[in-house]
Amino acid sequence: MHTTAAVALAQPDVLRNSQRNAGTALRPEAFESIQVNLSAVERRAATLPTRRTVKKEYQAAWLVKALTCIDLTTLAGDDTPGRVQRLCAKAMRPLSDTLLKGLGLEDEPPTVGAVCVYPTMVPAAVKALKGSGVPVASVATGFPTGLTPLPQRLEEIRYAVGEGAEEIDIVINRALVFDQEWQALYDEIAAMREACGEAHLKAILATGDLKTLRNVYKASMVSMQAGADFIKTSTGKEDVNATLPVSLIMIRALRDYVEETGYRVGFKPAGGLKTAKDAMNWLILMKEELGRPWLEPDLFRIGASSMLADIERQLEHFVTGRYSAAYRHPMA
Amino acid sequence: MVHVKDVLKSMDYGPAPEGNEHVVAWLETHKAGFGHFIDGKFTDPAAGKSFRVTNPADGKLLARAAHGTAEDVDRAVAAATRAFKSWSKLSGHERAKYLYAIARNIQKRDRFLAVLETMDNGKPIRETRDIDIPLVSRHFYHHAGWAELLESEFPGYQPVGVCGQIIPWNFPLLMLAWKIAPALAAGNTVVLKPAEQTPLTALAFAEICREVGLPAGVVNIVTGEGDTGAALVAHEGVQKIAFTGSTDVGRIIRTATAGSGKKLSLELGGKSPFIVFDDADLDSAVEGLVDAIWFNQGEVCCAGSRLLVQEGIAEKLYAKVRARMEMLRVGSPLDKSTDIGAVVSTEQLERITSLVAKGKEEGAEVFQPSSIQIPGTGTFFAPTLMTGVEPASTVAVVEIFGPVLVAMTFRTPDEAVALANNTRFGLAASIWSENINRSLDVASRLKAGVIWINATNLFDAAAGFGGYRESGYGREGGREGLYEYLAIDSAKAKGKEAAKVAMTAAPSPTAQIAAIDEVDRTAKLYIGGKQARPDSGYSYAVVNPAGKQVGLAGLGNRKDVRNAVEAAAKAESWGAATAHNRAQILYYIAENLSARAEEFEARLRTMTGASKRDAAEEVATAIRRTFFYAGFADKHDGAVHSTKSRHVTLAMNEPFGVMGVLCPDEAPLAGFVSLVMPALATGNRVIAVPSSRYPLAATDFYQIVDTSDVPAGVLSIVTGNAAELAKTLADHDEIAALWNFNGGVDAALVDKASSGNLKPVWNGGARNWQSPEAQGREFLRRSTQVKNIWVPYGE
Repeated sequence: MHTTAAVALAQPDVLRNSQRNAGTALRPEAFESIQVNLSAVERRAATLPTRRTVKKEYQAAWLVKALTCIDLTTLAGDDTPGRVQRLCAKAMRPLSDTLLKGLGLEDEPPTVGAVCVYPTMVPAAVKALKGSGVPVASVATGFPTGLTPLPQRLEEIRYAVGEGAEEIDIVINRALVFDQEWQALYDEIAAMREACGEAHLKAILATGDLKTLRNVYKASMVSMQAGADFIKTSTGKEDVNATLPVSLIMIRALRDYVEETGYRVGFKPAGGLKTAKDAMNWLILMKEELGRPWLEPDLFRIGASSMLADIERQLEHFVTGRYSAAYRHPMA
Repeated sequence: MVHVKDVLKSMDYGPAPEGNEHVVAWLETHKAGFGHFIDGKFTDPAAGKSFRVTNPADGKLLARAAHGTAEDVDRAVAAATRAFKSWSKLSGHERAKYLYAIARNIQKRDRFLAVLETMDNGKPIRETRDIDIPLVSRHFYHHAGWAELLESEFPGYQPVGVCGQIIPWNFPLLMLAWKIAPALAAGNTVVLKPAEQTPLTALAFAEICREVGLPAGVVNIVTGEGDTGAALVAHEGVQKIAFTGSTDVGRIIRTATAGSGKKLSLELGGKSPFIVFDDADLDSAVEGLVDAIWFNQGEVCCAGSRLLVQEGIAEKLYAKVRARMEMLRVGSPLDKSTDIGAVVSTEQLERITSLVAKGKEEGAEVFQPSSIQIPGTGTFFAPTLMTGVEPASTVAVVEIFGPVLVAMTFRTPDEAVALANNTRFGLAASIWSENINRSLDVASRLKAGVIWINATNLFDAAAGFGGYRESGYGREGGREGLYEYLAIDSAKAKGKEAAKVAMTAAPSPTAQIAAIDEVDRTAKLYIGGKQARPDSGYSYAVVNPAGKQVGLAGLGNRKDVRNAVEAAAKAESWGAATAHNRAQILYYIAENLSARAEEFEARLRTMTGASKRDAAEEVATAIRRTFFYAGFADKHDGAVHSTKSRHVTLAMNEPFGVMGVLCPDEAPLAGFVSLVMPALATGNRVIAVPSSRYPLAATDFYQIVDTSDVPAGVLSIVTGNAAELAKTLADHDEIAALWNFNGGVDAALVDKASSGNLKPVWNGGARNWQSPEAQGREFLRRSTQVKNIWVPYGE
């Protein structure tokens, strides 16, 4: 097992996740005795961004990388196909020609990682993104609470996949975590994975509801054992969304899982990440704790809506040396 | 030219140098060299010898600093002495304003100081910027508060005078703050000598002192080398020496100040254990290790340098540690992404290198991460993990003071404690376990001054820092730290010079024993709960002031002391008993003493010639005093310091263990009781040497001890030549603290001998043993050492 782990963690050349997580049987022994010390985790999380600084060309590149990992998201009650279309336009062409030229990226203009919408918005997104290579991600399973009956939740997945969504962001049933009903949680997620088919499954843990970091670790492990392709912090609707300490614990679970199984699973913080600085902090976290492979969109996504605009402004500063204003950049 | 496109592939961090142009410009203005800062002015740098100050990261010259001579030290002490007159008279509020101004100005200059410190010492800019300098200003803020509160919080205390302070190179400005802030707050003035490797931030600090208008002479900085420090230590105008540095130099200072009466505090070396139990958060423990041993290049006195890991998880933890080490970045200290900078000097680098080689030679497996690229110039050393190390290995015993971790395994909590305590040092310890019962149990059993649970290297001005055993004595920070810079008003009562006692073992040709109107009584020694004949087989005559022989006392020798200490060492449970339990026994002693009061009165009258009234008064005092400490047994409370949020920082008063007590001739009963009872009440086992001249009240006392349920070995009484016994006690490594109140015992001799295990010695001096000045918190404080236990919490 250790050999697999060493290979999986250490190879910097492997930039693409070659093998999809097939999951394992439910193995509570892999997580039930987990110990997490909150204060120590908070110390690590607090000092991580202070231990690494990325400047100039490096910073610009890191910000472009962050941009390619963004799941550009709209999940609001007032979403309309028109609104989604505007978002998709931005997703395909997030940087202006001037910026691309300044960055030397005219030949390979970046796009965001995906566009993330509600199921009924999938058709509009698929249409708008056609041919761009930018996948559509859909939330499903009674997002954000997950409290609709299981058949309906599974049906929602099938609907979204049927409409062309390539990624499905499901929410887990928090009650099963509180009651430590791991078999039931595993079965639900496994069923969702099956419903996804070829589409990738991102399991949203809603860590703000789970509260303890031990719960976060256990829910992460059950999700991965049940076949999640990504684990994701939050719906963006909980009181507390993505934080560095919570992310650190999920990342430790990812690391333990890859050591045990050889499967690399992706990570997606979502909710509350708004600035270019946030993007840098999370990239540093990924690089330090997991290594180079987790700095690509197949293993790292950021669920955000306003972050892109801040990244654009920072990149413009890099290119022109002048501080930019938000109104100068096309809206998402 | 770096292309964004390429970085997108490599995702390297790239260089992130901190600008240093302001510091370079400042050094340029001091191109002629730095003089000393004496009496508010810098001396002429051209006068006298100077030495090179270099940047360890590239070996380049940063500046030249003056090599202080005995004359420089003399002038600085003279300035400090002059300044003391007015500075000590300022109101606390006035002093608080100066300390506050210093704190503020350090904050305003924080980046300047951080960059300068990094260039001078070689430590990463992240650490100086985020840890050293913020702690420096925090320390001055905290002590501005103490200056303000001094009069109300420390009634009866006064400043000590001129303090000579010698600091090391590993945290140059922080150690300066730890020394200067409490000294100034308490009303002292200082002469500080920074380490010759790193004098620059101290000189910048001198400029800040001038900037805030600190009165001339309050702070004096004399740069130099070992001889400069020695001159400061030896100077007669200095009333207190505070030293942080190696145990070897600490020992030299203890010897040099022996008998001088100078107050002394020592923060010395360590080989602190980092204990990981199988129920720990292992990933967090690994991060803890990074903060423990790969912080400041491992050049940290309290570095968690000895990893003790429970057997079942050892390989798993080692694997995690090795993986984490691969992520460490060694390189330019000014680069913001550097984890490990340069070792301070070539000498230090050679020491680390040779110790690691020695460890390898002795069979240790040495791991250094393959990812590390050591820069071509400068004094860098790769982070190192040594496994397969045994307690007998050199690297497990000596302080390496580099980024080198040695690892050993244990099977049970008991074994963890035994291994952790298997060291001459006792500075700090780190315990990793999610079980609070186990963590606190282990914390209570570790012999160390600072204990971090699920954490390491946490510092705050409000908490005390300092060691047990050969890690030194005295505390820095918090209320407990302030006592090091204060003297109590009392203890000035003049006692009589101790009379010379001829302790001849031969029968006296002249002395006339009083008419036998009762059965002859034999005073023996009292060792391990039993009356014991002296090992020597000799007794000596006890003669009263009228020249009449009143009895014979055992002439105890070094073997009797040895036996008493061995018995005491076995009576460890005394310290673990409840305070209530100890109080009960002390009350019982008082009860039995009271029942036999008349007998003791008679003994005092015949032995010392005391009047009936005086003898009755002395016995009454002894009973009252025993009550006093019985009452205090469960009231010498520790504290919970206000440090960081969601941390309980417990300051626990712990007994030293085995204490030696040399009792005065005056008040042979009350003096004996006044010294023995506080030590017993706080949980120490005591070897008491009664007055040589009048030992018989103390030997009568063992019958009280015998009938009062005092466990065997808790109190031993060895009569004989106090001066000789004092030497043995002071020499003894098992004795952790020594009180000398016997006017016939040479303080210099005791001080000097104590440097073996660096036990604190209290040469208490004469006092009126019947008055309240012979009792109180000072005695309790002197019989305990403060252990600070940091317990972070949160779910």
